[in-house]
Amino acid sequence: MEEKKAAWKELPEGDVLEGGSSLKFKTGNWRTDRPVHIPEKCIHCFICWIACPDGAVKVNAETGKFEEFNYDYCKGCGICAHECPKDAIKMVNEQEVDKK
Amino acid sequence: MKAAKTGNEAFAEAMRQINPDVVAAYPITPATEVVQIFSQFVADGLVKTEFVAVESEHSAMSACIGASAAGARAMTGTSSQGLALMWEMLYIAGGLRLPIVMAVVNRALSSPINIHCDHSDSIGARDSGWIQLFSENVQEAYDNIIQAVRIAEHPDVNLPIMATTDGFILSHCLETLDMLSDEDVRSFVGDIPERSTLVKSLREGKPITLGALDLQDYYFEHKRQSAEGMFNAMKVIPEIGKEFAKTFGREYGFFEAYKLADADAAILVMGSTSGTAKDVVDTMRAEGKKVGLVKLRVYRPFPAQMLAQALSGIKALGIMDRAEGMSAVSGPVYPEICAALYDLPGKKPVVQDYIYGLGGRDVSLNDIRYIFDEVLKSAQTGKKAYTLKYVGVRE
Ligand code: SF4
Ligand code: SF4
Repeated sequence: MEEKKAAWKELPEGDVLEGGSSLKFKTGNWRTDRPVHIPEKCIHCFICWIACPDGAVKVNAETGKFEEFNYDYCKGCGICAHECPKDAIKMVNEQEVDKK
Repeated sequence: MKAAKTGNEAFAEAMRQINPDVVAAYPITPATEVVQIFSQFVADGLVKTEFVAVESEHSAMSACIGASAAGARAMTGTSSQGLALMWEMLYIAGGLRLPIVMAVVNRALSSPINIHCDHSDSIGARDSGWIQLFSENVQEAYDNIIQAVRIAEHPDVNLPIMATTDGFILSHCLETLDMLSDEDVRSFVGDIPERSTLVKSLREGKPITLGALDLQDYYFEHKRQSAEGMFNAMKVIPEIGKEFAKTFGREYGFFEAYKLADADAAILVMGSTSGTAKDVVDTMRAEGKKVGLVKLRVYRPFPAQMLAQALSGIKALGIMDRAEGMSAVSGPVYPEICAALYDLPGKKPVVQDYIYGLGGRDVSLNDIRYIFDEVLKSAQTGKKAYTLKYVGVRE
């Protein structure tokens, strides 16, 4: 995405940013490996949801079930896969995903 | 109202009258009394200030930064190693455009450890984005810190500011000064102006991020903004000085030119030594010698053009530097004056540097007389005899 960069007179004074600006920054771009969920193995313990540093695991509070990964912000660190007690997340290289 | 106060008492009294929202401080000789006396004012309920007793000067400045960022009027005081420990936070206050006001009692930096006056501490912080005001006496220290509030908080400036006194020489010596009434000080400083982007969004409950990572694409723009604050301070400092004069009768500019108009030789000096030097000027004038003095009050921003203008008519100038710049050339003030004079058309004054008074070494009338004689000699020959001499060191 091409960003129009502000000149010094246009910027708010003193390095002040509006809150929530990280929403505009799609960290999913960084990913080389993506977590893929294997529903058959999942026991919905939500450990992946707790462990994810980017809030990129979506769970459903009503049903108490794992829902999906948010690939806009999942940076592919693999922590969820590492922490999952049931090996219900596997990391797949993005190039493999693209081939499919 | 006439009162007898030491420099530290005068700073503390001014702070009481200013009644800042937050003071965060850690004690250090010879500045300790400033915040110690002020903390008594807090305990006695004479001010509404939140006093934050912290564990270091680094934390003192950090707490002032947090308070100032949230829109509070924040003040502190320190010296020497304390200022050095604040170093990284000084740059953050400057970069974030926070109008923090600090009383600095100038003291030599270690090593060797020393508690007495020289200017190496605040001069070392000269590039941190802080405005710096030096004081000749207790009256000026008092007047400077009151004006400092208005200068720092001016919407075109929004930069932190330090007003200094010479350690022990001013900080611990009793002088009579003309103190203003509490009401007069309060109406002169007024309320802190609301910083539009910052305080408003906080008040509206919108979260903001302050001091975010700023890489190749924005850091430069923000530095340019801070520099603009310094450029604007060139306009604001004399404006506030005039307003202060209108209300209280004492006017302040970037520097004081003392018997300079027809002088052949002059000395440029900062801080308390200017008082002693004026005495020498008077004596030498009585002997028919055409000598004068420039007392530099504002070290940052540096009033290069005005200084060049004021010094254009003299033949030779001696700079008295109360810090060793470790450049193997001179003290730190000398090259800046030379640079300022470089743009003068025609014949420029000869400039020689004199490093003096390090670690509180006493500077006598005779020392200053010696410098004037040296500078007068160069004024006669029209030639620079040398770049640097140390005055008052045992050879
Ligand atoms: S950690 Fe594994 S088992 Fe637990 S909810 Fe996440 S994917 Fe399912
Ligand atoms: S790979 Fe990392 S960022 Fe992505 S969902 Fe798992 S823990 Fe979160």
